[in-house]
Amino acid sequence: MLKDKIADVFHEPGCEKNQAKTEKDRKKGCSKPLTPGAAAGGCAFDGAKIALQPITDVAHLVHGPLACEGNGWDNRHAASSGSDLYRVGFTTDISEVDIVMGQAEKRLYKAIREIIERHDPPAVFVYSTCVTALIGDDIEAVCRHASDKFGKPVIPINAPGFVGSKNLGNKLAGEALLDHVIGTEEPEETSPYDVNILGEYNLVGELWQVKPLFDEIGIRLKACITGDAKYKDVASCHRARVNMMVCSAALINIARKMEERYGIPYFEGSFYGIEDTSMAIRTLAKMLVDRGAPAELLDRANVVIAREEARVAERMAAYTPVLKGKRVLLYTGGVKSWSVVSALMEMGMEITGTSVRKSTDEDKARIKEIMHDDPHVFEAIPPREMYRMLKDGEADIMLSGGRTQFIALKARVPWLDINQERHHAYAGYDGMVELVRQLALAIGNPVWDRIRVPAPWDEGAASAEALFGGAVTAVTPDDDAAWPEPVHHRKKFAGLDAFDAEEC
Amino acid sequence: MARIVHATRAHSAMPMKSSTPLGAALAYLGVDGAIPLFHGSQGCTSFALVLMVRHFKESIPLQTTAMNEVSTILGGADHVEEAILNLKNRVKPRLIGIASTALTETRGEDMAGDLRLIKERRREEIGDTRIVYASTPDFDGAIEDGWSRAVSALIDGLVAPRNPRLVTLRQINILTGVHQTPGDIDEIRDIVEAFGLKPIIVPDISGSLDGHVPETWVGTSLGGAKVEDIERMGRSMHTIAIGEHMRGPARKLEERTGVDFTLFPSLTGLEANDRLMVLLSSLSGKSVPTRLKRRRSQLVDAMMDCHFYFGGKKVAIGADPDLLCALAGVFTGLGAELVAAVSTTGNSPLLAGLPCAEVEIGDIQSLEDRAAAGGAELLVTNAHGRMSADKLGIPLWRVGFPIFDRLGSAHRVSVGYVGTRDLLFEIANVFIGAMHAHRPEDFLPEPLLTTTTDAILGGHGHARAPAQAH
Repeated sequence: MLKDKIADVFHEPGCEKNQAKTEKDRKKGCSKPLTPGAAAGGCAFDGAKIALQPITDVAHLVHGPLACEGNGWDNRHAASSGSDLYRVGFTTDISEVDIVMGQAEKRLYKAIREIIERHDPPAVFVYSTCVTALIGDDIEAVCRHASDKFGKPVIPINAPGFVGSKNLGNKLAGEALLDHVIGTEEPEETSPYDVNILGEYNLVGELWQVKPLFDEIGIRLKACITGDAKYKDVASCHRARVNMMVCSAALINIARKMEERYGIPYFEGSFYGIEDTSMAIRTLAKMLVDRGAPAELLDRANVVIAREEARVAERMAAYTPVLKGKRVLLYTGGVKSWSVVSALMEMGMEITGTSVRKSTDEDKARIKEIMHDDPHVFEAIPPREMYRMLKDGEADIMLSGGRTQFIALKARVPWLDINQERHHAYAGYDGMVELVRQLALAIGNPVWDRIRVPAPWDEGAASAEALFGGAVTAVTPDDDAAWPEPVHHRKKFAGLDAFDAEEC
Repeated sequence: MARIVHATRAHSAMPMKSSTPLGAALAYLGVDGAIPLFHGSQGCTSFALVLMVRHFKESIPLQTTAMNEVSTILGGADHVEEAILNLKNRVKPRLIGIASTALTETRGEDMAGDLRLIKERRREEIGDTRIVYASTPDFDGAIEDGWSRAVSALIDGLVAPRNPRLVTLRQINILTGVHQTPGDIDEIRDIVEAFGLKPIIVPDISGSLDGHVPETWVGTSLGGAKVEDIERMGRSMHTIAIGEHMRGPARKLEERTGVDFTLFPSLTGLEANDRLMVLLSSLSGKSVPTRLKRRRSQLVDAMMDCHFYFGGKKVAIGADPDLLCALAGVFTGLGAELVAAVSTTGNSPLLAGLPCAEVEIGDIQSLEDRAAAGGAELLVTNAHGRMSADKLGIPLWRVGFPIFDRLGSAHRVSVGYVGTRDLLFEIANVFIGAMHAHRPEDFLPEPLLTTTTDAILGGHGHARAPAQAH
């Protein structure tokens, strides 16, 4: 069953990368075998959890031994406007005895009951993991039984870590939503302005950088899958008119299958970069109009876009003096690459290198176009080489994710986080201004000049002559013993003055 | 004496413990030129890696055998072999420290046997890289257990057995526990060296995880115990083990080399350090150096200054067994009351000796519930406790692992006279920070606490004023 699901998501006809392959290659799927001892990145369970955990009012219960949730919970900065239940890491934390005696399924069922009794969430999501998959726990049956018994959706998320990568996990999470959640409830009201956003996780509240524009234009966000989502929104999102898919193709299966099942058209867009944001808003409005919304929606969108673009240009110009001519090493994947590349180049920055890992051919072509066929486009840069580039001063700043952070810092080069652990929101128009501001703050920080000064004992350090003039000369004491031993006052109340002065 | 109870829940909410393999990885990172290798799926490594990076704010070398569905069914020895060869080629480590995970242990791999065969078959390729293995399934124990098993594996795999013809050197072995920070280890080294002894510290994360800026980039740990020094541990005069969870490794070292050991449950507190002074003094034949005497005096003074703020305070502590016991001593030793104690594993005999009625083997939820029931005024646990502290409206004082929302945890020192002194000040300052200006309602008649008085008054006492928000 799981095997069929995996084969299904690998054959995704909506995926451009997949469509570009020959029939034979397509059969192989897109799982690259990992190299033992040279692998990086999360597992399928990780991917599934990342994709679903932002649903805020759901209890997310991980069925497995401790590490899967114990080491990973309380991690990302997906923000919530309501419930905090999604932040509680629930796990069955199964023990050796559970495994040997075959009690893990019972433990899972009991755990579901306890969580419902204590927290009363609208739904419980149960995640399988390697060990519980290996010992053959049937989480689907347990969930079905619990659902019947407690009268609440209990959703199995079948994506154990060892079936593949994080990306596959994203897709399996999407499948779980399609199979068990989307379309199971009806919305209280619908309108011709209803849209869903797929693959946006509201990290550091980025969704809220864009949503006010929607509100102003009159586009109604029914469900964001899954940033700041409520269970009911996701369950009833099948009545929306348009789906927008962001974050590359992580949840493309949801977009395509919702089109098949409910006739909702979708497009791929991004809220990173000015052009992209404008394009995304315009496309949303246009598609809504195509589906019957009043044409004035598009006019309203254009007015807002024009105003925001002008406002952004003005604010970004303030940072040009600091950033112009500065060289950036950009190490990230997917759409972020080219949308950020174009924004940085508008600021007059020079891109000394960019990676195109995870990017589609279209992304790569766009980067080449923007960068005028510059040769500095890499697939992946080994850490040692990256360190060398930075150490040799080939870039003034590196933009990347947390994994490569310390390569930049150890080379004493400014670094800015543009991946999921970041603390600043970079979406929409305001987000781009924030990105530019953070870049200016990072590059302009006085710390860099200070920490690059050689230590007093290193080559190139300032001499005593330079620091103190002729005032300091070496002194050779005549007799070492002449230095008095330090004496500690062991007498109690060595000085009684303070006590004497105090009134008793 | 405390009764040990296990959480009655079938689930853990807000886990407090970190996994067993993670503890093993940390221990391996205390060896110079090492790379830990998890035998499991890539997620096992990724989750542990991210958590360690968040705590230490350092790049962490950690690799995976990248087990998949097929290799899990058919056996993972090929993956281990391939991983070893790849690591050997790519990062040229001095040591590869393997830790198993729940996945491979559930399958039931004979890792020790497989490894022996791999070492034989690949003798040439592996060369002088040492490979050790510890069995660390996630479902058994927590971070302390993983750490101590990895240290045992290092002793088994690296230390030269007893050789009566070799003379004993003026060196002592220090087996550090998982809760010693790089700062702690530096302090211990200073103390031991002050007696003219050379310490061999294993694991020694003070060189590798102390956050320094090296002049090159390497794919292994940079700094830490040298493999050559570990091999020579059998020639030491004595072994000092810190923490009950280091008893196993200390005993193993004793069996292998005949070097006696002394176990210190912790090196925090006046009495523990007095004991350490006596031991080091008699081992070295030197009197306690003046500067250490001076520090003791500072600690004694600090204890008096601090006791004003500790006395009568209700404290809830959640930590791994050894850390919990050390902290319980710190708090109750200055007059605070331990109203809730939650630990991660029941594997430690020390827990029963805690100065409270019950110790629960549980999670942050257990700690939150017990802290609320006991009217705790301070929550003491790792960074995961911050949401609970918010909910309870009391301060959180962060200890142990992980601490990802505060900087500098690697350099906090809580051992020795001086570390204890600073620790007491730190806690006292938290208490002082939580004090509030007095208001008339603070002086309403005392709430009736004892059932006797309650019975006398027929239950018509004053309602207890709501807990003040700090």
